[in-house]
Amino acid sequence: MNRTLYLGRKRVGIELRQFFRDRESAIFNFALPMILLVIFGSVFAEQSVGFGDVTFSQYFLAGMIASGVLYTSFQNLAIAIPMERDDGTLKRLQGLPMPKASYFLGKIGLVFVAYIAQVTVLLTVGVLFFGIDLPSSAGKWLTFAWVSVLGLLSCTLLGLAFSVVPKHGRGASAIVAPIVLVLQFTSGVFFVFNQLPTWMQTFASLFPLKWLTQAMRSVFLPDGASAIEVSGSWQLGLCAVVLVGWTIGGFILALLMFRWTPRGSS
Amino acid sequence: MNAISVRGLTKRYGDLVAVNDISFEVERGECLALLGPNGAGKTTTTEVLEGFRHADSGEVRVLGVDPRHGGLDWKARLGIVLQTDRDLGDLTVREAVRHFADYFPSPRDPEEVIEAVGLGAKAKSRNDRLSGGQRRRLDVALGIVGNPELLFLDEPTTGFDPAARREFWALIELLKADGTTILLTTHYLDEAERLADRVAVIAGGRIIACDRPSQLGDRSDGIARVSWIEDGRERQSTTDSPTAYVLELAQRLGGEVPQLSVHRPTLEDTYLALIEDLPGGEP
Repeated sequence: MNRTLYLGRKRVGIELRQFFRDRESAIFNFALPMILLVIFGSVFAEQSVGFGDVTFSQYFLAGMIASGVLYTSFQNLAIAIPMERDDGTLKRLQGLPMPKASYFLGKIGLVFVAYIAQVTVLLTVGVLFFGIDLPSSAGKWLTFAWVSVLGLLSCTLLGLAFSVVPKHGRGASAIVAPIVLVLQFTSGVFFVFNQLPTWMQTFASLFPLKWLTQAMRSVFLPDGASAIEVSGSWQLGLCAVVLVGWTIGGFILALLMFRWTPRGSS
Repeated sequence: MNAISVRGLTKRYGDLVAVNDISFEVERGECLALLGPNGAGKTTTTEVLEGFRHADSGEVRVLGVDPRHGGLDWKARLGIVLQTDRDLGDLTVREAVRHFADYFPSPRDPEEVIEAVGLGAKAKSRNDRLSGGQRRRLDVALGIVGNPELLFLDEPTTGFDPAARREFWALIELLKADGTTILLTTHYLDEAERLADRVAVIAGGRIIACDRPSQLGDRSDGIARVSWIEDGRERQSTTDSPTAYVLELAQRLGGEVPQLSVHRPTLEDTYLALIEDLPGGEP
């Protein structure tokens, strides 16, 4: 067990170096939400979302933080692991005296560190340029913490499971990115959720991102803004149930589906 | 106990029998070279020994352990250099070698390993900026940093220039002197002759010859080809007593024999002769 943790910690370090040095992954998984925040925040800076003086840039910040969960975990892993399967990384690791759990610990550590760094930058940009007020109550930060942890866990496990879908590393981003984009459009990231058609809202409710964005709004928008939610409340309890459900489902899927070797090589 | 012991190893992919009832032993401290055409079953054999693939039948022991059940303690005693690796591109040579040392209980000093493979000047270079030969030397560094008892080298010098290959051979000889057992797969006959204590020729999934490089096939029979010029024509003859033949020739031609050469079959000649008769075997 000690060895698993020791090597897991070593893997976190090596994963982080590779994540930030790879230009494609650093831009696509890490910098993208900041770029989008600056663009959307600037274009819709004054646009109201239908509650008091809450602007779309504030609404969008919550959506970008929720998207950050998806970028650093699901999108990152579902693209990086097929590449690792192609370029010999996974085969090499199998030949090393490393418990397999250390590899997964390394990925989880990477996801959490990358997310924390990303949120820190997003919030800094939000406070400095878009007049976002950081929540002052401990309760809201607690919500932020458990929503982030559950979101990262479920989406990390789903990313591990989904990493078997792209056949080759090269085409992985072309498969994964559209999925993330569709979820963002339907989950209240790029549009205000209560203005979407009902069928789209129902569709989005099946997946974690809708619940992540809603919970992040409960943290970063004023309390009364729950009036513009479809149900009129933040539904944090239901959000927890959905995320725990996806965490369990993701765990089972990852357990059943994860592959160390490319398809076709027995 | 031998480092590697293989009895009746067979591995099929669907209808294709990739490895057909192979048996061989590798003693501790020995270097065995596996030679053979592409698709002969070399890589399948090594991958079974490394634990990446499971045999359909046969008994395999690597350092006394069945690779199917080889745990982490067993893996810690192996060094594996695979055929094609493009991973770790975003790390530097030093970072990669140091990181790999972390996996092993009693690793070599990473800095010494980097020097030994001749990458001292490249220690701070990113791995994706290394040349093909440098990249291969990094792979070898990662394979030996764990101080393995048994080292698998799968075509280690492909893409090396002649000077780099000779440096690499010197490195492997140092490892051999340290008592490391080596299973080498290669296409280069001169490499096998220089490094291997014994050579096993695999073709069509079977071992068709296994012996010391100097004894392989008919090399030990002492058959030599003598060629010379006589009456303006090129002449040649095969003999098992070339010295006597040349003396006789000198006497007959009255002194210096024009264009005299005595040629023993090289390992390559012997190897090509061995695999040439096989169905579907191409060198």
